Amino acid sequence: MSTLDQTTEQILTLAAAHFKVPRAALQPDDDFFRKLGINSLQALDLLTRLEQHFRIELPDYELQGVSDFRTLAERIQSRL
Amino acid sequence: MLRLQQYKCLGEALRAALEKWPGETCLVEADRERENIRLTYRQFGETALTLAAAMQEAGLVSGTRAAILMTNQSKWLISAYAVLFCGGVLVPLDYKLPAEDQLKLLAHSKAEFSVVEYHLWRAITKAANFGELAVRNILVTEAPAGADLAGAKRWEEFCGARDAVFVPREPKDDVCIVYSSGTGGRPKGCVLTHGNYLEQAAAVAPIFPFWPGARYLSIIPTNHAIDFMGGFIMPFTGGGTVVHLRTLRPEYIREAFTRYAITYMAVVPLILKSLQRGLTEKFGALPPFKRRMLNVLIAVNRAFTKSKPRPGLSRTLLKDIHAAFGGGLRALLVGGAFTEPSTIEFFHDLGIPIYNGYGCTEACTAITLNDQRPFRPDTVGKPVAGMEIRILNPLADGAGEVAVRSKTVMSRYLDDPEMTAETIVDGWLMTGDLGRLDASGQLQLFGRKKNMIVTEEGKNVYPEDIEAAFGGLAVKESCVFAANYLWPARTMTGEQLMLVIHLDPGQEIFPALVEDITQRNRRLANYKRLSGYLVWRRDFPLTASMKIKRGVLAEEIRAAVARDKMAAL
Repeated sequence: MSTLDQTTEQILTLAAAHFKVPRAALQPDDDFFRKLGINSLQALDLLTRLEQHFRIELPDYELQGVSDFRTLAERIQSRL
Repeated sequence: MLRLQQYKCLGEALRAALEKWPGETCLVEADRERENIRLTYRQFGETALTLAAAMQEAGLVSGTRAAILMTNQSKWLISAYAVLFCGGVLVPLDYKLPAEDQLKLLAHSKAEFSVVEYHLWRAITKAANFGELAVRNILVTEAPAGADLAGAKRWEEFCGARDAVFVPREPKDDVCIVYSSGTGGRPKGCVLTHGNYLEQAAAVAPIFPFWPGARYLSIIPTNHAIDFMGGFIMPFTGGGTVVHLRTLRPEYIREAFTRYAITYMAVVPLILKSLQRGLTEKFGALPPFKRRMLNVLIAVNRAFTKSKPRPGLSRTLLKDIHAAFGGGLRALLVGGAFTEPSTIEFFHDLGIPIYNGYGCTEACTAITLNDQRPFRPDTVGKPVAGMEIRILNPLADGAGEVAVRSKTVMSRYLDDPEMTAETIVDGWLMTGDLGRLDASGQLQLFGRKKNMIVTEEGKNVYPEDIEAAFGGLAVKESCVFAANYLWPARTMTGEQLMLVIHLDPGQEIFPALVEDITQRNRRLANYKRLSGYLVWRRDFPLTASMKIKRGVLAEEIRAAVARDKMAAL
């Protein structure tokens, strides 16, 4: 099982690829709505991509109140 | 459809529906590829009445308030019917709000019962103000075995021993308290009556009728006036089916269209634009020849549907596109916020029956609806039956504040006579929106008169509600405004919020302050965030009770500073 840091790293890499931004531009504490210029629907799209990668089911509510990569990683880590 | 005029309350109308169509399917709940639940009206009634019996045994009587805090799902509607059967008053709360705000609204509403989904309940029990919770009976749905419910009961095990007794109400009685905003400052709890809903449903039913087999895809949160009406009252009083999805991702929404042959769906502009983007990408990927063919077909369809919709023709011309929408779509309704005409036009040109409208919770959902006869994407349509519209103090071009009068207008804001008196004047509801009625009686909207914004997701955000988040900044005083309120703009989209800061004497803006503002801004829900700030050099005008005179301050700023002086955040 990966550590929280590894999970965060994987999320950043996947998000960068999904929204076509350089990986180096993203940091764990970044607000992904702002940094990626995405809306709540596009964030749900990212959740689908993460589900496929981590092979888990993430209910929509796991995104509620979350706007930075690190918190998202914590939510995912608790389901791995 | 039931003839709604014959009923005095929602409970009575819904009860009649359950008796009329016992074998028809009323609810389908799907999660990804799975179908969780499928209920007939008879099964729905049986489940709801067991719950109603237990609620009555626990003390829910006529007028008792019961909050519902759930995502769109079958137990929302089952719980709501149980409350209505007992003569209770519903308080539908926004599940997307932070738990602290949900607790504040629970307290404001004085709800004695509450039905809460487990994951939302878990967040509430961890909130800083959890200790203030005074709701007597909390029912938690879908709690895992062995979970600590902090004193709440399990919804699934909350069953009465005796039969529930139906409690009738009068049309003038309260039935719903719907918060249109106001979590940070002054909660705006719109108190709607049984009469409001019955009138509204009767007015809209001839345009969007339901029948056994007609299916509504419920996407907009059920606590929102649009879904409560379109995804509960309307389909149920017509014997139709409500389809709930537990996962609201674009790909599952698209799939649901075809899997359930959806008849109606209401969306907010954000979802509509996402659908538009998906289609545009698909069209862009077509080989050049097919692309040209498609453009010709779209042009033909456009030419033939200017004066009225021709669904048969559109479905034949643009078969594949219509198949992707399930083939039986009768109306795609868009509301909750202003939709750009170009987006509406995009769907109309494809022959997708797109209907925009205009409304607000205070008027129990719809004020106007665009019936596409003729197609006018630049307007929000004509007033629905029973709705009177007046344009107050019109300017030279006919634009002024939109005021409406109808039997659907709410009775009051809960426990706020002052705000009620400002909003309902001589029986007319002041919407705060700027509009104009054109020669054919269609309403055109131009902007807002009031200090607030509406996001593409249909969220109303009032500056007063987010000011608390900026309390204690290292400045003399601060205040939040809608940018378009400071500098009126003829637009209903792309609205922004901004912070006005008045620094201490001799002080200049410094990096740590900007960082503090940025950090606080980040902690806000994404739709509540500020777009920028403005440094102001004079004292804020205050009332005798030391409140900011917002209108006066806005005028001063407008006269002295241009919009481009706002620094981005």
